Amino acid sequence: MLKRRIIPCLDIKDGRTVKGVNFVNLVDAGDPVELAKAYVEQGADELVFLDITATIEKRKALAGLVERIAAEINIPFTVGGGINSVDDVAVLIKAGADKITINSSAVKRPELIAEIAAQFGSQCVVVAIDTKHTNDGWKVFVNGGRVPTPFKTVPWARKVEELGAGEILLTSMNTDGTKSGFSLDITAEVSRSVNIPVIASGGAGTVQHFRDVFYNTGCSAALAASIFHFGEIDIRDLKKYLKEENIAVR
Amino acid sequence: MIAIVEYNAGNIMSVRNAVNRLGYECMITGNRTDLLAADKVIFPGVGEAGSAMKYLKEKGLDETLRSLNKPILGICLGLQLLCRYNEESGTEGLGIFSSDVKLFPPVDKIPHMGWNNFLSVNSELFKGISLNDDVYYVHSYYAEISACTTATCDYIVPFSAAMKKDNFFATQFHPEKSAGVGEKILRNFLEL
Repeated sequence: MLKRRIIPCLDIKDGRTVKGVNFVNLVDAGDPVELAKAYVEQGADELVFLDITATIEKRKALAGLVERIAAEINIPFTVGGGINSVDDVAVLIKAGADKITINSSAVKRPELIAEIAAQFGSQCVVVAIDTKHTNDGWKVFVNGGRVPTPFKTVPWARKVEELGAGEILLTSMNTDGTKSGFSLDITAEVSRSVNIPVIASGGAGTVQHFRDVFYNTGCSAALAASIFHFGEIDIRDLKKYLKEENIAVR
Repeated sequence: MIAIVEYNAGNIMSVRNAVNRLGYECMITGNRTDLLAADKVIFPGVGEAGSAMKYLKEKGLDETLRSLNKPILGICLGLQLLCRYNEESGTEGLGIFSSDVKLFPPVDKIPHMGWNNFLSVNSELFKGISLNDDVYYVHSYYAEISACTTATCDYIVPFSAAMKKDNFFATQFHPEKSAGVGEKILRNFLEL
């Protein structure tokens, strides 16, 4: 049986992990490679690295980091942040990234999705959608949820699938950072509306939240950051719990 | 020396890294002489079957691969290209395995992406592997089960997770991305 995936997300700035990390037995918890290896050890199914480095100049170092990750990590990983062109993707894929993720640049120029898919295959294109509930229903936002777009979430999800996205990373800005649970309604609706896998993100605070999102939405995976970094939830414990709740995990 | 076939399909670095992690030397090459001289050949691939096959033919790699009599391991698209016929752009494959490759019916999410266990395993590649072990897949097309099938997996339909004929081995999943289980399978191949 295909398993539901658990995906820790690591924010990277200037080659270092950003969020305060409170993690067992790491020599250097700020080193993304060290942290990634610890997650692999715990049973993470995939990893996502998001580069939030401010300047383009400094971002050039990302490819070097991706090479180090690829040399050490034996599970799939996705890299995102500041990707605006097929050339940006080529550098990361060549360095060893399995997938890339784009967000604002896809909203700005949706054809980018098709261009990347044509060159590298749909399987490597993860389109991230940040969504927020408004008076006008669920809408797509960019720039970390600060800037609204004219797009409604479900039609936009359908459109990115049509353009060649292989997967959707759906983050609810209503719950992101709140630890109050995933936004189940929009996750279920998007998952129902597309025939590609959907990764639920935003709001994980307890193991029950993961059970709820897997029970109640058709999502294929769930992503979280701080609860894993701070050691609040160990992936081994999470998976043990999910197995007890009859959810298929590795 | 392990040779990894270089062609226009991604994912080659991951395979090289995985082989290196197991302590084996390898080279990435599209050169016939290198492939003939290597102890073993890995034929990886992510991408589209039609353009990959066209590239192999243009470079004469199709004949080289068919003529090899040392252990060769096809991975993902590599497995599919070793089959007979591929529905993806109506491509004729290398025809080593007697299976055809078909698109999953759209009754569940496509691609089949993520970790899945085995329905059956039966070849030296799976020494030490149990049916409950999970490996990582990402594919929209699958090879039908045939006499060459040595492991099966279930997603929408039962399909070939691995195949073998003579010196030709292949896996639909990515051993190089399948954590410890994948390393075991890759090691089994490298130790053949």
